Amino acid sequence: MKNLNVQQTIVKYVLYDILQNRIVIGYTLFLGVVSLGLFNLSGDPTKGLVSLLNIVLIVVPLVSIVFSTIHFYNATEFIELLAAQPIRRSVLIWSEFWGLALAMILAVLVGIGIPVALYASNATGLTLVIVAAGLSVVFVSIALLASVLTRDKAKGIGVALLLWFYFALLYDAIVLFLMFSFADYPLEKAMLAFISLNPIDLARVVVLLQMDISALMGYTGALFREFLGTGWGILFAFTMLILWIFAPILLAVRVFRRKDL
Amino acid sequence: MLESINLSKSFGKLKALDHVTVRINAGQAISLVGPNGSGKTTFLKCLLGLVIPDSGSMTLNSQQILGGWDYRRHIGYMPQIGRYPDNMRVGQVFDMVQEIRSGTFDRLDDDLMRAFEVKNFAHKAMRTLSGGTRQKVSACLAFLFNPDVLILDEPTAGLDPVASEILKEKVLVEKAKGKLVLVTSHILSDLEELTTDVMYIIEGKLQFYQSIEQLKSRTGEDKLNRALARIMKQNIVA
Repeated sequence: MKNLNVQQTIVKYVLYDILQNRIVIGYTLFLGVVSLGLFNLSGDPTKGLVSLLNIVLIVVPLVSIVFSTIHFYNATEFIELLAAQPIRRSVLIWSEFWGLALAMILAVLVGIGIPVALYASNATGLTLVIVAAGLSVVFVSIALLASVLTRDKAKGIGVALLLWFYFALLYDAIVLFLMFSFADYPLEKAMLAFISLNPIDLARVVVLLQMDISALMGYTGALFREFLGTGWGILFAFTMLILWIFAPILLAVRVFRRKDL
Repeated sequence: MLESINLSKSFGKLKALDHVTVRINAGQAISLVGPNGSGKTTFLKCLLGLVIPDSGSMTLNSQQILGGWDYRRHIGYMPQIGRYPDNMRVGQVFDMVQEIRSGTFDRLDDDLMRAFEVKNFAHKAMRTLSGGTRQKVSACLAFLFNPDVLILDEPTAGLDPVASEILKEKVLVEKAKGKLVLVTSHILSDLEELTTDVMYIIEGKLQFYQSIEQLKSRTGEDKLNRALARIMKQNIVA
């Protein structure tokens, strides 16, 4: 009980600090302007959602991972001071995680959630907002793992950018390359595994399955529906996304508990 | 009160602590002296649980430090560099640490907060404060919970002469109450004023642990800086 109270206290103050950060405010405004712009330009809400999805899949992971990494390194001395208080290390890192995650979720809810509620308040719109929020938390989680593993700030930010580049751009290229190289073999099941290994792909598949636009779904999305059907496909992809949230942060907590500060 | 046995820690090839065995009693005020990078801060960080030693053990009031966290209720720590979240206000920093430590202390000691007139800048955001003012905040936090052990890492660096005197007065008051004080500093005159004993560390090895009086009579000098200079020279010759 005591641990939980302490954690809530730290989350409260960390969140208060982050929400006043200019980058977070700018990010929220950017998401808002882009969302409103896309809905107004495309006229049709579904088209607007598809365009927004493509922006979200690039921008949300990038900002979440880079901002979290920079925040963690800037808080080094503060974290040291808190670690010298009578609290557990794990409480401290969980507090940082929830502070960052809640801030990123709030930015998504305001920046994307409000425009979606205005222009496309349907199941697909809701799915997009939930997926964007989930993706934010996944990349906060990955950022913290990368930060506790690297000591140097410049190196840590470099690793964060590389990870984003890998998940957002490189991964699909590698998968495509494998697909063409081994076109003679039945790779469908392997492809399912490949998608699960990239949270951005999972997010895309969830929204596209919900939209039920086969044309836009691409090879992977079509596979998902073929194997699992829409309902099970969404459930499976969501479960994998939740694993992507908790696996990196749980590992980060383990490392942080024995890290030299 | 504080005991370390064969405490060792290396960072890669660098031996920051090399089998440091030392026993310190309450009421003592210890200076940690040694060249830059000799392991002084690492020793303090082991005590705080910030650095995890490779081998050896450390106990505070016969409570094991490794793996523990509750023992830190007895410690007040003033770090070398105090950096705080940019947008947090001074008052909020104090509120936060008080909430975190609620139930772990008997009474608040706000002498320093009054002496430094924290009230006058409590509404300011931490990012707007000068380095010296941030040091004042760190100092106040270290003393606020009336801890039995005070760890001060370069406490007077960055403080103006008035604030520095206030802080030194406070350290002497707490020392007289029988608290354990550990100070690192390169300003030897400060250490001579504040402390009773010297721990001299080079390359992670504890060279000696003696009272300042013993040190002076051994070297025949009447100032701590001269006594230490003489010992360093002898070391080089030997």
